[in-house]
Amino acid sequence: MAKVMVVTSGKGGVGKTTTTAALGAALAQMGQKVAVVDFDVGLRNLDLVMGAERRVVFDFINVVQGIANLSQAIIRDKRLENLWLLPASQTRDKDALTDEGVAKILAEMRTKFDWIICDSPAGIERGATLAMRYADEAIVVTNPEVSSVRDSDRIIGMLDSKTAKAAQGEQVKKHLLVTRFDTARAARGEMLTIEDVLDILATPLLGIIPESQDVLRASNVGSPVTLNDATSAPARAYIDAARRLMGEDVPVMVPVARKGLMDRLLGRRAA
Amino acid sequence: MNLQRLFGGRAAASAPVARERLQILLAHERGLRGQPDLLELLRAEILTVVSRHVALDPEKVIVKLERGNEVSTLEIDIEVPNVAERYVGTARLGSNAAVTMR
Repeated sequence: MAKVMVVTSGKGGVGKTTTTAALGAALAQMGQKVAVVDFDVGLRNLDLVMGAERRVVFDFINVVQGIANLSQAIIRDKRLENLWLLPASQTRDKDALTDEGVAKILAEMRTKFDWIICDSPAGIERGATLAMRYADEAIVVTNPEVSSVRDSDRIIGMLDSKTAKAAQGEQVKKHLLVTRFDTARAARGEMLTIEDVLDILATPLLGIIPESQDVLRASNVGSPVTLNDATSAPARAYIDAARRLMGEDVPVMVPVARKGLMDRLLGRRAA
Repeated sequence: MNLQRLFGGRAAASAPVARERLQILLAHERGLRGQPDLLELLRAEILTVVSRHVALDPEKVIVKLERGNEVSTLEIDIEVPNVAERYVGTARLGSNAAVTMR
């Protein structure tokens, strides 16, 4: 049965689009039929991170307005035949996205895909609420940093109250994904630990993505980090997270700290 | 560069401070969640009550809340237009009712 998954955070720049692309590609590589959907009307970027920016003809809003049908607007990935992208509109008014329009397109997509991963815009306005409205599950992307944790808490509250599931007295299944985590800094007391974040947000952990240069390297060339270098630390963490989404029992490992030169010289230990 | 830090002296860990601040803040914010906006509710009800007797411009009903350490001040400012003879002058039904809020 198809699952609609929203990738959300409240705060911008924490890694929603990176996560959408990476998990979408990882699930597609496991044989799942996956569509990633950009909800960031006016500021689309999922197409760029996926390397499909020059192939966009029609977009989400064109489909909502009936100018194009879904099969005309959705773009098949060049690397993975199971992976598809529905881009957001870059030019139109964000009010063009309507609740009924979103409901209709997602209902149609549910009949065609195993996973529909919705990349939410930042903030708590219309775009973000529409991205989560029809979700079955949610990935809350959080950096181990005060403003991101606060915004995640707010978003978790919205997932429990503003979604179609909540209106029916059900719950959106929530997963916490901690991104840009630096084990060495957390061990030195310079960054919230995973336990801190879990204590505060009280949401099951889907995975820990280490801070890594590989993420920027992948987005530079327009490739999901899980495809660009599947052996890199963030790719392995995303692939493990995708396996957990598939129901596999994969223990969550705190990434191993890479010691810097000063750490080595001074014999600093990372926990 | 600070030599003490260079040679292994640690700055006090800041993460526990972050943790504590977040726990306090979020306990407060979660308490407020789901409640109707108190000021908007007050404004609407005051407007309804006063409008029964005086024609009001809804835009001219201003409700403000200033938070203090011990008490907070609720300020209600209603501007009444000079229309009916019964209400001569621009009456400012101002009040500075102190209500304790937490």
